[in-house]
Amino acid sequence: MIDPVIASRLQFALTTIVHIVFPVMSMGLAPFLVYFTWKEIRGNDPVYEQLRRFWTKVFAVSFVVGTVTGIVLEFEFGTNFAAFSTVAGELFGGPLAVEGMMAFMLEATFLGVFVFGRERVGDRLYFLSAVAVGLGTWLSAVWILIANSWMQTPRGFELVASGGREVVRLTDPLAAYLNPRFPYMFVHMQNAAVLSVALAMAGLGAYHVFRHHVWDTEIAHPAFWERTLKVALVALVITAPFQVVHGDVYARHVSESQPQKFAAMEAVWETDSYVPEYIVAFPTSLDDMADPKAKDIFGVGIPGGASWLASGGDPQATITGLNEFEGAPPVAVVFWSFRIMVALGFWFVLLAGWGAFRWYRGGLLDDDLLHKALMGSAPLGILAVELGWVVTEVGRQPWVIQNVLKTERGVSTGLSGGEATLTLVGFAAVYLGLLTLYGYVLARIVRAGPPGRDELRSVDAEDPDAPLAQGVTVDD
Amino acid sequence: MTEAVVPPAVPLSLSDGPLLGLPLPEIWFGLLFFVLAVFLALDGFDFGVGAIFALRSNPHEREQLIAAIGPFWDGNEVWLVVFGGAMFAAFPTVYAALFSRHYLLMFAILGALILRGLAPEMYEQRDDDAWRRWWGRAFVVGSVTAPLFLGVFAANWVLGATRILTLPGLVVGLAVVALTVVDGAAFLRLKTRGDLQSSLEGVALRGLAAYVGLVVAALGTVYATTPAVRSALTAPLALALVALTVALAGGYAVAVRRDRHLTAFAAAVGLVAAFVGVVARLTYPYVDRATGATVGDAVVSTLPLNLMSIGAAVLLPLVFTYFAVLYSTFSGPVEAGEAY
Repeated sequence: MIDPVIASRLQFALTTIVHIVFPVMSMGLAPFLVYFTWKEIRGNDPVYEQLRRFWTKVFAVSFVVGTVTGIVLEFEFGTNFAAFSTVAGELFGGPLAVEGMMAFMLEATFLGVFVFGRERVGDRLYFLSAVAVGLGTWLSAVWILIANSWMQTPRGFELVASGGREVVRLTDPLAAYLNPRFPYMFVHMQNAAVLSVALAMAGLGAYHVFRHHVWDTEIAHPAFWERTLKVALVALVITAPFQVVHGDVYARHVSESQPQKFAAMEAVWETDSYVPEYIVAFPTSLDDMADPKAKDIFGVGIPGGASWLASGGDPQATITGLNEFEGAPPVAVVFWSFRIMVALGFWFVLLAGWGAFRWYRGGLLDDDLLHKALMGSAPLGILAVELGWVVTEVGRQPWVIQNVLKTERGVSTGLSGGEATLTLVGFAAVYLGLLTLYGYVLARIVRAGPPGRDELRSVDAEDPDAPLAQGVTVDD
Repeated sequence: MTEAVVPPAVPLSLSDGPLLGLPLPEIWFGLLFFVLAVFLALDGFDFGVGAIFALRSNPHEREQLIAAIGPFWDGNEVWLVVFGGAMFAAFPTVYAALFSRHYLLMFAILGALILRGLAPEMYEQRDDDAWRRWWGRAFVVGSVTAPLFLGVFAANWVLGATRILTLPGLVVGLAVVALTVVDGAAFLRLKTRGDLQSSLEGVALRGLAAYVGLVVAALGTVYATTPAVRSALTAPLALALVALTVALAGGYAVAVRRDRHLTAFAAAVGLVAAFVGVVARLTYPYVDRATGATVGDAVVSTLPLNLMSIGAAVLLPLVFTYFAVLYSTFSGPVEAGEAY
């Protein structure tokens, strides 16, 4: 039996780590689906109908799993973090309620039209439903990240005594909801979602292109997979460099607004200037491996790099060390998560450049090494998102609301270790099953491939090779 | 009490007093139960369809049942998210106390909802018998246990129970399951044709008989076991809602017999509204009887309440527009060959 505080924290970590996969898929797919639907309605290239129909299936299953795992998180604020909800509910409940009404509703209702209604509505309403679904997923992120960013950089409130404890009272809603962290977090997350989906698409496209062009295997829809690869590459070229540039600005913002987290990202214990940016760092003796404060370390670093990152260009800048703050997060987790995420970010830029160069030179379909690199990188976008959230959420420990409420003080007081352990184990089992099923369904969707030309509504069923009949896709 | 903290950054003095002088705590109490009623009426028919799924063995009919709720269930379930969000926003201390007090029950509800959401999706993935048998069962189990647990939760909340399993909780839970069957049968009569449609008449009437019986049992059990709510139970509003339930049950039975499908469905929605109305009446003036928190004690302070009220006033009409688009797009019976 585990302590209820630890069990609740582990359970929240587990349920968010699994949940975030599905919003990343739906938020990342949204702009692609809007684009495919637009091209399907306006153009006469049937590949866009194939793209829309294929990726809508992936979107729909991601959305369903995202819905059921998302409600869990909302409930956990009440069940496991009742003390937090009591202290911060006045500020935290509002964004969640608005998210439900403004975003989730928009998404869930129009998804019905978008997935099931192609034959029942005209082009205009159909396109509108694609936009509504996409907008819904992004608005959802707005409100969820408002709630989350407020915990990182809390503003617009005061603490008042109520019911024998200090609770948060909202004083300035604009300052609270548009807190300093929110714009950084939103831009970084949304771009990461599109980037992750672009990588997954590119990997999948590369796999089929590789089989077709490199191995000369007969595949069902070569044009579809080539287009998938190219669309994904365009998205990759836009999002990958942007993520790195934005990440740099974001890191500087964190060093100013959450210096404790920045110190953990860089594993800086003593306040110092001219702090190196370690690429890797290990304690030199085996005994020190378990000691996060080990002094004798072997590291490969860029002199002044961390100072440079924190200040936006000054290698002499001072970084406040962890020793000056109250409590510290598990530094190794934050340090390594940050490094791997950044390394992946640079790798994606390289991959985008490589792909773009091959495409420009006309060798995109024949570069087997590029295909393999893209295949291997298909899940890495989501991995980078997970690592980024580990930096964000582990990095702010021991606080659940920075400098306002410690995480251990946020857990429900009446909760027993037995109950908490039971649900933790239950979630571990159920979510393992859920991820397995999700992977299984995705594999089936991929194996089935897109609908054939003879099944498309934009192609004449009697004569699939005939030019498109005009008027088929116009409002009926 | 909050006058001293009016920040200069808020141009409208939203912290001074309730918006337009409205009785906002009571309005939010009403809104909370209104959202619960919408959830139970809409997702209720999804649950009911899941229960009726157990009664049909023809694979083609089973496909039709799943197709009937296909475009709707996800949107319907979001009303539960909004219910949670509204409670969290307007009565955060109640949200915290109620959910943590019913710890295992809340996760049982979540488990049931996961099963119900996932099962139809999985059912459609493969054609082989064993696969479909097991996911069909999962769909039924999720669809029956979700309203059962929700009913237990509602009863515990109203009655201020501190234990998870109580006799009135169990009876109310079973009544909610029967209510979803009443709702689901009426919905399916609108969405199907032919043999399936006519054979659902019996299901609808048996569901109704079970519901009426369980309501009588629930009222009796509550009256006998919970003296604290006796006066609320015999208050004019509660009695009127019980009378309304009887009238609507009669209307439902007549409409089902005469194949007036839309009228029957409206009566089913009315039954849900009357049920939630009784729950709300028995709860008031508390919003959490177990902790003794009244609506006035537990409501958030003026500024966030005013903001939430503006947000809900703008957003809820929009949400109803979305639902109007969705339901009008998929009005009428499920077309042959229209798969999930």
